[in-house]
Amino acid sequence: MPAAMETNQGRTMVLEAYADTILPGEKRWPGDRAVAGVSSGGGAVAAGALLVLRSVEGGMAPALDALADGIEEHARAYAAETEIELDPEVPAFVSLDYPDRIRLVQRLTDPTHPEREAWISLAMFSVIAFDAAAHSNTVEALAAGHVGLNIIGFRPPDSDGLWRFDTYSYGRQLAQPHPDTTPSGSPA
Amino acid sequence: MTSSESTDVLVIGSGFGGAITAYHLAAGGARVVVLERGPWLSGEDFEHDFKFGSSSTRVFDFVIGDGMSVLSGNCVGGGSVVYFAAMPRAPRFVFERQGSIGRRMWPTTISRDTLEPWYDRVAEALPITQTSWESVPYSGGLFGAACDHAGRTANPVPAALDQAKCTNCNWMMAGCRFDAKRSLLLNYLPAALAHGAQIRPLHEVQHLTRTDDGGYRVHYTVLDDVDYRVEVGSGTIDAKIVVLAAGAGATPVILQRSEPTLGPMPHAVGRYFSGNGERLNTAIFDEERIRDVLGLSRPDGVPYEAYQIGKGPCVATWDRLDGSLPEYERYSLEQLYFPPGFGTILAQVPDALGPTWFGAEKKELLRSWQSWLTIFTMSEDDNEGVFGPPPPSGNAMRLSQQMLARGALRYEPTENTLRGWALSDAEVRDILERDGLSRVMPWTNDVVGAYTVHPLASCRIGDDPATSALDDRHELRDHPGIFVTDGSAVPGGLTVNPAMTIAALAERAVPGIVAAARARGVDVRYGAPAPDGGTSSRDAVLPLVRGALQR
Ligand SMILES: Cc1cc2nc3c(=O)[nH]c(=O)nc-3n(C[C@H](O)[C@H](O)[C@H](O)COP(=O)(O)OP(=O)(O)OC[C@H]3O[C@@H](n4cnc5c(N)ncnc54)[C@H](O)[C@@H]3O)c2cc1C
Repeated sequence: MPAAMETNQGRTMVLEAYADTILPGEKRWPGDRAVAGVSSGGGAVAAGALLVLRSVEGGMAPALDALADGIEEHARAYAAETEIELDPEVPAFVSLDYPDRIRLVQRLTDPTHPEREAWISLAMFSVIAFDAAAHSNTVEALAAGHVGLNIIGFRPPDSDGLWRFDTYSYGRQLAQPHPDTTPSGSPA
Repeated sequence: MTSSESTDVLVIGSGFGGAITAYHLAAGGARVVVLERGPWLSGEDFEHDFKFGSSSTRVFDFVIGDGMSVLSGNCVGGGSVVYFAAMPRAPRFVFERQGSIGRRMWPTTISRDTLEPWYDRVAEALPITQTSWESVPYSGGLFGAACDHAGRTANPVPAALDQAKCTNCNWMMAGCRFDAKRSLLLNYLPAALAHGAQIRPLHEVQHLTRTDDGGYRVHYTVLDDVDYRVEVGSGTIDAKIVVLAAGAGATPVILQRSEPTLGPMPHAVGRYFSGNGERLNTAIFDEERIRDVLGLSRPDGVPYEAYQIGKGPCVATWDRLDGSLPEYERYSLEQLYFPPGFGTILAQVPDALGPTWFGAEKKELLRSWQSWLTIFTMSEDDNEGVFGPPPPSGNAMRLSQQMLARGALRYEPTENTLRGWALSDAEVRDILERDGLSRVMPWTNDVVGAYTVHPLASCRIGDDPATSALDDRHELRDHPGIFVTDGSAVPGGLTVNPAMTIAALAERAVPGIVAAARARGVDVRYGAPAPDGGTSSRDAVLPLVRGALQR
């Protein structure tokens, strides 16, 4: 096992790179290796994917080391098979460029892959970090400018932290009802 | 032998099937205990928050199976707390369906006409009202306008909603903060409590055994109120009658687990599961085309950008609910909202060069989330779902503290089901891609399989003992005194939202349960009014039930 993987930092980088493959973002600093930097604005990592994965509520935390090691194993096999030379300074998966990360994750999440459920779970948690900020209170996340909620354009609540939309309707009939509608408004 | 509590009627689950039967039996004089695996929340407990551990995960159950994931309620009130409250009646042809068995799937005693008075009972109880175009949110209006533009009809869907209280916040899957959604917490359940019924939250039933007097002993565990994986207690209750209403994803599992003690179950227990033929498509709209083609614009001049605003599904097109079309080719299409997370992960990128559901292109798609519209197909599937061996407890292996679990349901869609989905996908595209309005892609089935919020038919009624677990009175074959009144009793896909039909069937089953309870010495009568005291629908059914009560 390369030295990089012997530390928790190595595993963190692998999980970050995986989350970044699911919903990519811009590099957090110039030398950021885990985040591939293929998309403008933050991605799943900046959105808090690692916090969601590590949350006690989510139930993934006890499995994360093994999952990171598993990704590494697959990445090394993938590199050997495709004759990619890996950078010994970083974990194998982090060493892959974005298109190769994508190809490997496609393979791991394919309906025929025997371990797909584990890899899909990692992907699901990455998505809910970005789209829903599941690790933090939604009102606080919005106030703090959570990158995912921002990018999807999630509208903010009223001052009491509850959502209400006073204007919500075009306010007019926009189609003809089905001719067989019953008096109760149901299909016949 | 340890001493066990006892009651007349033990109800498992507090959704539609459980709340309705509990109310009528308690009001009729029976001692009723309801065991519910989820927590008991109301009003202010319902948070506007996606955080793990908020009401959005406490009240929800998401079970991943092989080829089918099932979403349900997990709280007092069951699915009524998390649902969207669209309550149409099922079209007439549905009751004539044959499905895979070469004969009518429904009992001969049930048709749209014979169910109508029971639908009326539910409509009075919740109550259910028609939705006006004035209260249809932008998303429903957009779907209606697109249907009209494509020469289709579209209807606002009747709903169990108090429009005056609704804020169109679209948080209804986390429970309604404003009591606008008329969940069972506002009608049947308080009325059941007022008549002495007991409801015990965080009590998960695991299996049943028999008692010496022909009744049943119900074995439960008590769950931690934060980490549902943790059991903090256990117990048993003896009952003369058991009403199983744990939902179509859970009821058959309890019966499977009880088989070693109760004896063989009917073949149809845990088979013939239907996902109500659900299928989802997401359209990504071009805002300018909305204005130019459909002439729509909000008061602030923006054409749409309003996916987040509203109250779930409000407008549907029923043009394909045509009884003269072949079976498996009939479906309704309904505009829908799913919050981020659930509602985004499976959406696919149109014309993707790379992966369709994740990656850089998916992230770009999310930037236009407010211009999305999700369309929900409810079609005639083939009852192809089968439950594997039951997990050690509950209905699935819980992975997270709340919500996420892995279950034993297998679902391999048949050619019939796939054909219905393909037809409906093409119809959605034809309506929504017309004149460049949007680009449409179905949700992927390659991540968590197909996806249903409408589990049905896993323990169904019917006339044929080989293909139905229950007789037409909802009594479990060969196990007298056990009744099943939830979505699992519905014979098959309904082509519309199912809760109204589940509820009507539960209402219809009550007189038979009353008769069975009386035969077991319980002093109970049928004839309670609606939970708020209304009597018109009750008076309409009384002449119909005399026979059942004399049995
Ligand atoms: C997000 C969402 C939106 C929906 N929107 C609509 C809609 O607009 N219109 C519509 O018609 N339908 C809708 N539905 C479906 C509707 O909620 C269900 O069809 C309906 O609630 C099913 O009723 P039921 O009685 O079968 O079971 P449920 O309502 O699911 O009730 C079963 C209850 O049993 C409990 N339970 C399970 N196992 C056990 C156990 N072992 N011990 C004790 N208790 C147990 C569960 O926690 C639950 O409370 C929606 C569903 C979801 C998830």
